[in-house]
Amino acid sequence: MSSAATTPPSVDKVDGFSRKSVRKAKQKRSQSSSQFRSQGKPIELTPLPLLKDVPASEQPELFLKKLQQCCTVFDFMDTLSDLKMKEYKRSTLNELVDYVTVSRGYLTEQAYPEVVKMVSYNIFRTLPPSDSNEFDPEEDEPTLEASWPHLQLVYEFFIRFLESQEFQPSIAKKYIDQKFVLQLLELFDSEDPRERDYLKTVLHRIYGKFLGLRAFIRKQINNIFLRFVYETEHFNGVAELLEILGSIINGFALPLKAEHKQFLVKVLIPLHTVRSLSLFHAQLAYCIVQFLEKDPALTEPVIRGLLKFWPKTCSQKEVMYLGELEEILDVIEPTQFVKIQEPLFKQISRCVSSPHFQVAERALYYWNNEYIMSLIEENSSVILPIMFASLYRISKEHWNPAIVALVYNVLKAFMEMNSTLFDELTATYKSDRQREKKKEKEREELWKKLGDLELKRGLRSDGIIPT
Amino acid sequence: MAGADGDDSLYPIAVLIDELRNEDVQLRLNSIKKLSTIALALGVERTRTELLPFLTDTIYDEDEVLLALAEQLGNFTMLVGGPEYVHCLLPPLESLATVEETVVRDKAVESLRKISQEHSPVDLEVHFEPLVKRLASGDWFTSRTSACGLFSVCYPRVSSTVKAEIRQHFRTLCSDDTPMVRRAAASKLGEFAKVLELDYVKSDIISLFTALASDEQDSVRLLAVEACVSIASLLPQEDLETLVMPTLRQAAEDKSWRVRYMVADKFSELQKAVGPEITKNDLVPAFQNLLKDCEAEVRSAAAKKVKEFCENLPEDSRETIIMTHILSCVKELVSDTSQHVKSALASVIMGLSTILGKDNTVEHLLPLFLAQLKDECPEVRLNIISNLDCVNEVIGIRQLSQSLLPAIVELAEDAKWRVRLAIIEYMPLLAGQLGVEFFDEKLNTLCMAWLIDHVYAIREAATCNLMKLVEKFGAEWAQNTIVPKVLGMANDPNYLHRMTTLFCINSLSEACGQDITTKHMLPVVLKMSNDQVANVRFNVAKSLQKIGPVLDSNALQTEVKPVLEKLATDTDMDVKYFAQEAIRVLALA
Repeated sequence: MSSAATTPPSVDKVDGFSRKSVRKAKQKRSQSSSQFRSQGKPIELTPLPLLKDVPASEQPELFLKKLQQCCTVFDFMDTLSDLKMKEYKRSTLNELVDYVTVSRGYLTEQAYPEVVKMVSYNIFRTLPPSDSNEFDPEEDEPTLEASWPHLQLVYEFFIRFLESQEFQPSIAKKYIDQKFVLQLLELFDSEDPRERDYLKTVLHRIYGKFLGLRAFIRKQINNIFLRFVYETEHFNGVAELLEILGSIINGFALPLKAEHKQFLVKVLIPLHTVRSLSLFHAQLAYCIVQFLEKDPALTEPVIRGLLKFWPKTCSQKEVMYLGELEEILDVIEPTQFVKIQEPLFKQISRCVSSPHFQVAERALYYWNNEYIMSLIEENSSVILPIMFASLYRISKEHWNPAIVALVYNVLKAFMEMNSTLFDELTATYKSDRQREKKKEKEREELWKKLGDLELKRGLRSDGIIPT
Repeated sequence: MAGADGDDSLYPIAVLIDELRNEDVQLRLNSIKKLSTIALALGVERTRTELLPFLTDTIYDEDEVLLALAEQLGNFTMLVGGPEYVHCLLPPLESLATVEETVVRDKAVESLRKISQEHSPVDLEVHFEPLVKRLASGDWFTSRTSACGLFSVCYPRVSSTVKAEIRQHFRTLCSDDTPMVRRAAASKLGEFAKVLELDYVKSDIISLFTALASDEQDSVRLLAVEACVSIASLLPQEDLETLVMPTLRQAAEDKSWRVRYMVADKFSELQKAVGPEITKNDLVPAFQNLLKDCEAEVRSAAAKKVKEFCENLPEDSRETIIMTHILSCVKELVSDTSQHVKSALASVIMGLSTILGKDNTVEHLLPLFLAQLKDECPEVRLNIISNLDCVNEVIGIRQLSQSLLPAIVELAEDAKWRVRLAIIEYMPLLAGQLGVEFFDEKLNTLCMAWLIDHVYAIREAATCNLMKLVEKFGAEWAQNTIVPKVLGMANDPNYLHRMTTLFCINSLSEACGQDITTKHMLPVVLKMSNDQVANVRFNVAKSLQKIGPVLDSNALQTEVKPVLEKLATDTDMDVKYFAQEAIRVLALA
């Protein structure tokens, strides 16, 4: 729905002759949260003494005061305002980071809500609209968060707090709750990769320490992905979330729960359809392989899923799919392979004969993989007939000599594997093609007859179908 | 039916189904697109008993095929035997309404909505409504999402007990725990409200509306804004204040810019729905805030509504409100930091002059127009120029012409050819507004300069522009001002410019009429048939074909024919081809 909020392309943006990269290079962009309205008044914070300068007994109290001061948020888009106070907050945050790392006994029960409040005030904000409506993450520079000098320290502080030895999830769970997590997840859409990196660590720690939130976190990630796939196709933090999921999947207990299998089939597989797949494909493929290593019985639905969504026009994506498929084949069990080999090799045969040489080449590389070769060899009686026609044809007519050379190697390998079948197929190649042509003709005939029938009836009843 | 029996043996279902199962997706897709033909071949009974069960059972396929299927089934009523049997179509459509891919699901819902109308009230309760219930309580979010779109089509035609159930289901989906379903429910809230009895609107819909409008996800909240328009227009004026306004006020100040954007985007509709009193008290300040919003996206959306908002203000206080509340915000937007905001404003600001009248326009708006005409962003200037007609009616364009000229000249020479193209397209309009004298004096040179632009699209547009100008100012004007210049280019050393002469003649001949064409243009064209560049020569042939109908038969026979015959023996094959083509079309053979 947010796509409604983009502005129409301006006249000068339509100019086909200015290269994107050239256009973008001239401006170094940064953005700030969407919450500041021109507020005019300067902010005043009363400087407090350093924590190390007060007796240990007074430190917890002072710690709380400093947390409260750090709830004040500054406008970083205005580079001239409140310079002194911005610097004061920065040094205070630095002090807090050091303090939670080295101190003992500072984490009183009263501190928890104050920490969470300080963190919430600083990091939770409505992300501003993306500057460019045709943002291309591969070519364009990301927009950086203007308030990063403070934000980074807040994240740093929060992570140290979560990792601190004194940290007690049983107390913290009152404050780090579902609502908190939901807001945290929304921030993964931030355009600033530095922020997403910190968020990844934060979410990972929360997932690790709060058992009660795990199912909720998984479900919300689910929702984010589904919205990404089916509604917006826009979310900056997909790779980061997948990276976290990779290690979550690694920790799943066996047998896998139905919920997890559903996540694989209904969320992870459809993620392959998204236009910007290249941005998170490595992480996605890792998750898929993790699942298959846990439960080999999932191989068939996964491969069928990939085949269903196989790219039709985007060769770059096709190469990615082939790469992922090879990763899957590397861990496939022979019994699973047999179940899926027919549809799989029909697709591979199509890839091998792709006019795009990178696709053909990537598919033909499978024959350099020893494990895959051994699987093909075991099942050559099924696979060879599927592959033969394409290979034979390409060996004669592919435009790229490198592909032709690779195909010769593959044909040679097949010939060595099963020479009887190979000879048979060579002998029948011509008649098979003729039979196919004949069948094609019959199809046309059938449809022609059906078309005539429609016409006849249409005429007879004046366009209304007789009942 | 009688005719169908005889054909059955010809088309065994197995053969047809084989087509629907073909390994090649493209062939399968083709077959599905011709599903009605297959159904016709089978006859209504076998379509019901054999084809539909097959389709229902084998619904796992590529989304593209499923989309085609979902669409086909919406038009299948007659093919299964008419309204009496229409419920046979429900099972396959029900499965399609649960698939993952949004476009497929949406299409299935669209078809279901369509065939719901063909159900009798009884069938609706026996077959259709249970389907809606099943979808509404499905496990996976997709089916619940689809259900949201079906409530409003069956509600008006079922008994009051079933109505109560439907309301209950809708309520449940509005608080579903997946945001996708809540979004679907929110987007159908307005539509559902429209079919409900007023009492239930007040008791049920308002509480759902309030809840959705304060959802934790901004993507849900913004959809509630859309529903707000429908809901507000259903309620009596006296209830609006208590039932709708608190939520609307909250939405206009939402912390998410997306929600505020939506309010700005729907502002005119909201304004109409809540009526003049609430507009005066509530919407005016809200609109001011949106015009001053911190996000450029929101300001743009609001800026686009300035004219419509002002137009729809109650007449008695319109001028006062604009002068005291709106104008100051508009002034600020003229120097906004975002070019999108400025350009959105420029596309409507001229419309304010008709509302405010001559004196206010001269005193308050004119300085703004002039400022925008000098804006650094070409789009802003273009938008002002393209709306000149509104001002012309109120104060006459002369007030602007001093500033207009430099702005036009600058755009005409802009480095980006798209900008030049855009200004060319406004030339006929400008010429009409400014009058022939001003045009000859100031703009004619520009129009001629475009003819030798280095971008083809500009030369082409310039040619077309000349034709429109001739239509406006007449043939005599053409003969005196532009024809000599155009014909002069026939001797240009650059063959592209010589060709431009031909292109101009092609488009001008008709507007200039037989006399000018025969006396002035034809000799030039004929002379060019000796050009050394083949492209020019074959364009001569094309031009002769084009202007032939304007010429009299004497000129055709004595002057055109010999030249074409000569070109038809040219050494260049393209020249030959086009010459022969012209001879054929002009029937000179």
